[in-house]
Amino acid sequence: MWAFFHKLASPKHFYRITGSWIPWLWTITLLLMIPGLYLGLWVAPPDYQQGDSYRIMFVHVPAAWMSLFIYMFMAVVGGIGLIWNMKMADIMAASSAPIGASFTFLALVTGSIWGKPMWGTWWVWDARLTSELILLFLYLGYIALHSAIEEPRTAARAAAILAIVGSVNIPIIYYSVEWWNTLHQGPTVTRMGKPAIHSSMLWPLLLMAGAFQMYFFTVLLMRARTEMLWRERRNRWVRELFGNYRRPSLSNNPEEVSS
Amino acid sequence: MTWNEFIHMGGYGAYVWTSYALAGVVLIWNIVSPLLRRREVLRKLENWYRQEERSS
Repeated sequence: MWAFFHKLASPKHFYRITGSWIPWLWTITLLLMIPGLYLGLWVAPPDYQQGDSYRIMFVHVPAAWMSLFIYMFMAVVGGIGLIWNMKMADIMAASSAPIGASFTFLALVTGSIWGKPMWGTWWVWDARLTSELILLFLYLGYIALHSAIEEPRTAARAAAILAIVGSVNIPIIYYSVEWWNTLHQGPTVTRMGKPAIHSSMLWPLLLMAGAFQMYFFTVLLMRARTEMLWRERRNRWVRELFGNYRRPSLSNNPEEVSS
Repeated sequence: MTWNEFIHMGGYGAYVWTSYALAGVVLIWNIVSPLLRRREVLRKLENWYRQEERSS
C-alpha cells in the first residue's frame, strides 16, 4: 500500500498509472450524474414553498461544496509541497486552481439566478455571498501569483503560502449562515441528526455531489498529467515518450503520441 | 410529469434551465481547456526536443 503511494509521488509512475484511471473515472462520474439529473429534474416533486425553482439546488449546492473542497485541497497539498518540497504537490495544487475558480463562479451565478425569483434580488452583500465572492478572488489571485513568478520553486512556495493563508476564509463561508443574519438559507443536509430535506430531494443532491467530486478528480488528472510532461521535459521518461516525435520508427508508444 | 411541465418548470423554466446550461458550459470548459493545453504542450515539447537536437 505505502509502496503504491510512494510510486504515485514520482511523476513518471504517476503519469503511467493515472493514464489508465481516466476512462474509469469518467464512467463513475456519468453513473452518478445521469441518475442524479434524472431524479433531480424529473422524479423529485416540486418544493411546497419554492415550486420547481429549488431544482437549481442540484447544481448550485454541489458547485458550492466543490468550491470549498478544492480550496482546502489546494491549501493542504500546497502545505505538503512546502514541507517536503515535492514537485508533484505543486502540480496538483496549481492544476486544481482553475477548476476551483470555475466551480466558485458557477456557485455564485446559479445562486444569483436562484435568488432572483426567491428573494427578489440577484445579489445582496451579506456574509455568505460576500465571502464566496472573496473565495473567487482568492482563486484568481492564486492563479495570477503562480503564473507571475518564472522560477517554478519560488512560484510553488509563494502560491502555497497564499492558499494556506486564504484558507481562513473557508470556515467563514461555511458558518456564515449561522454567525450572521442572511437571506441565504441555513444548512439542510449537514445539520446534526436528521437532515431537513426529504429523501426524494436528498438522493439527487448526493448523487450530483458525488458526480461533481469524481468529475473534479478526472479533470484534475487530465490537467496535472499534461503539466507534468512540460515540467519534466528534461527527464528521460518524457524524452522516451515524446522525444522521438519526428521519427515514428523509433517511437515505442505511437498511441501516446497521437492522443 | 409531462414534457411540457418539464420544460415549463412551474413557471421557473428560464431560471432553472439557465442554471443548468451554465453548469454544462462550466463542465465542458473544464474538459476542453485541458485538451487544448495538452495539444499546446505536445507541440512545445516537439519544438523543444528538435531545438535541442540541432544544438547538440
